[in-house]
Amino acid sequence: MSAWTRKDLLGIQELSAEEITTILDAAAAFKQVGAREIKKVPSLRGKTLVNFFVEPSTRTRTSFELAAFRLSADVVNISATTSSLTKGETLKDTAKNLEALHADIIVLRHSSAGAAKFLAERLDASIINAGDGAHEHPTQALLDTFTIREKKGRIAGLHVAIIGDILFSRVARSNIHALLKLGARVTLVGPSTLVPRVFEQMGVQVTHRIDEILADVDVVNLLRIQHERQRKEYFPSLGEYTSLFGLTKERAARLKPDALIMHPGPINRGVEIDSEIADSARSVILDQVTNGLAVRMAVLYLCAGAQPAHV
Amino acid sequence: MKTTLITNGHIIDPANGIDRVGDVYLSGGKIAKVDFEATVRKHPHDLDVIDASGLVVCPGLIDIHVHLREPGQSAKETIASGTRAAAAGGFTSVVCMPNTSPAVDNASVVTSIKDRAAHEACVHVFPTGAITKNIAGEELAPIGSMHKAGIVALTDDGHCVQNHELMRRALEYARMFGLVVMDHCQDYNLVGKGVMHEGYWSTVLGLPGWPSLGEETIVARNAQLAELCDTPIHCQHLSAAGSVRILREARKRGVKISGEICPHHIALTDESIRAFDTNFKMNPPLRTQRDIDALIEGVADGTITILASDHAPHCGYEKEVEFDMAPFGIVGLETELALFIDILVHKTKAISLSRLVEMFTREPASLLGLDRGTLSPGAVADVTLIDPDCEWTVDKAQFQSRSRNTPFHGWQLKGRAVRTIVAGETVWQL
Repeated sequence: MSAWTRKDLLGIQELSAEEITTILDAAAAFKQVGAREIKKVPSLRGKTLVNFFVEPSTRTRTSFELAAFRLSADVVNISATTSSLTKGETLKDTAKNLEALHADIIVLRHSSAGAAKFLAERLDASIINAGDGAHEHPTQALLDTFTIREKKGRIAGLHVAIIGDILFSRVARSNIHALLKLGARVTLVGPSTLVPRVFEQMGVQVTHRIDEILADVDVVNLLRIQHERQRKEYFPSLGEYTSLFGLTKERAARLKPDALIMHPGPINRGVEIDSEIADSARSVILDQVTNGLAVRMAVLYLCAGAQPAHV
Repeated sequence: MKTTLITNGHIIDPANGIDRVGDVYLSGGKIAKVDFEATVRKHPHDLDVIDASGLVVCPGLIDIHVHLREPGQSAKETIASGTRAAAAGGFTSVVCMPNTSPAVDNASVVTSIKDRAAHEACVHVFPTGAITKNIAGEELAPIGSMHKAGIVALTDDGHCVQNHELMRRALEYARMFGLVVMDHCQDYNLVGKGVMHEGYWSTVLGLPGWPSLGEETIVARNAQLAELCDTPIHCQHLSAAGSVRILREARKRGVKISGEICPHHIALTDESIRAFDTNFKMNPPLRTQRDIDALIEGVADGTITILASDHAPHCGYEKEVEFDMAPFGIVGLETELALFIDILVHKTKAISLSRLVEMFTREPASLLGLDRGTLSPGAVADVTLIDPDCEWTVDKAQFQSRSRNTPFHGWQLKGRAVRTIVAGETVWQL
């Protein structure tokens, strides 16, 4: 594990390809633990992990919680509704209080970009970013690349399409960083309002015509599409979105036979993806969930092991 | 009567076309004379002599965009601390913004600021009044009574009147009093919840973008309104290349529109936000090198006539929060002169030192009709002594301001005010 010296995982952007590979390799080892009858290892025994979720989340929080249990850590969950942030306490003060209780690892989900970095600069505890605004969601990108590598045997040279609401997506940004660092080609697909051309400056391709790329891609990663108030000026309706960008049966039929269909969840059946396609053999959506656990065990293990005293 | 002689300095007084070595005499709080004769000086006992050899001696500098935060926000700044910061930055006059608590939207708040300044300010304080009641952009503030109480301009700074019809009436009404309307140019629909320049870096960082278009649209509106009403509008803290282009075109046609820039908008780009440091968050936001080049070009060709700080103090704890939740703004009075000299005179050579002094003296005085910014005999004896080659390092711990929210801590700069004289009295000395 010589390639890992960080106490925090804040984003993919600052990681090297070697560091990403280190996490993926560790995750492969931890995945085996999940297949055993006794799914628990003592790696983080005596450590305290705080799941600090200032923005609602069920699956990511549960995944981190299970990952921590399997590493034998003690886990506390704090959510926005129970935290004192609603009483006007600042993020800094709440976090300082958690540290005063000797939390070793803080997993933070927050609606503000940069929130995890903000904590990491002020606390000695390991900070794991579980999503900060539209900035990064590094463990999601790691579990996505882990799944691709597991199914395809490699990342380099593959063509990955990320489809949907890219502008507001931290999953998209972290995936772009991870895939490019590992040598994949990335095409972003979606309405021109949600996939502005400026993304090309990150080194990806942008298209607003999904039908042009279907036959060429090895992986399609579909993002959840929402049409609440904030999005009404970005596209007119879910129906129009589906007709232009949804992975319908017809479109899925034009994918390569071995193309992977991915989705970070929760899926909107019949919107960004046809219901049957979501359940089809090429869909690896549930593998992603399983792999998420292994990836998060790897991240917790590596970051906790790289705390100042050990570096 | 005490007389002060500032001798052997390089006198730059653009209002009188002076740019040469000489002596300035101050007496009774007024400029007595400017003298270029190498007279044999028999100094009488009551003559204070200040040796200004190697220094620039110019009319006291004027900053027309300062937030003194009083009344109501004295944890951030007070009239006393804010004017000390001004003095330390070489400024003898500041024009303060009306977005206090309560807002300066009636004559009694104007009067209370003037009273407080008379007792506690170490430089001249010229208040502005709000265009609209409570700076809410809905109905006109009592502009006539605020004018009587002594405001020097109107602005809703921090906010922007979105209703074009209301803005038109404000201009027409202000014209009756000869008041300039100053505008913080921001279209609320286009800017939305934007916290940084919309571009590559906002895309990478996932922070809501504040597009240049949000400023340019209002600058264009203002040009049309200034033309229609034949009334001056001053566009505050311009940040975008397109704004300079619109301003240039309108001024060429004789429209009474002017613009100012702040040092941070030519010293830093949006890339500085990659570390999510809230000391780089201001409104309008830091933009790109292309914008910086356009702003500097605008200064060089006379499109931009005013330099100002937009000194916006905030408490440390207010700024030490998540980036999108932090208040906009940075302190600027104590770094402004050095940054402008360093960038505009030394590094890009966009303008001469003499023009820079003019942009801090004759230009703002003429825009707002202030009887300041000149070394003419009989004028108030406000004088700033500048060492344009002084190399120094910014240390926020040394600031006179109550607040420390600067992105320039640790910067090495060239050029600094070394003595500030207000009405004949030295109020700050390096």
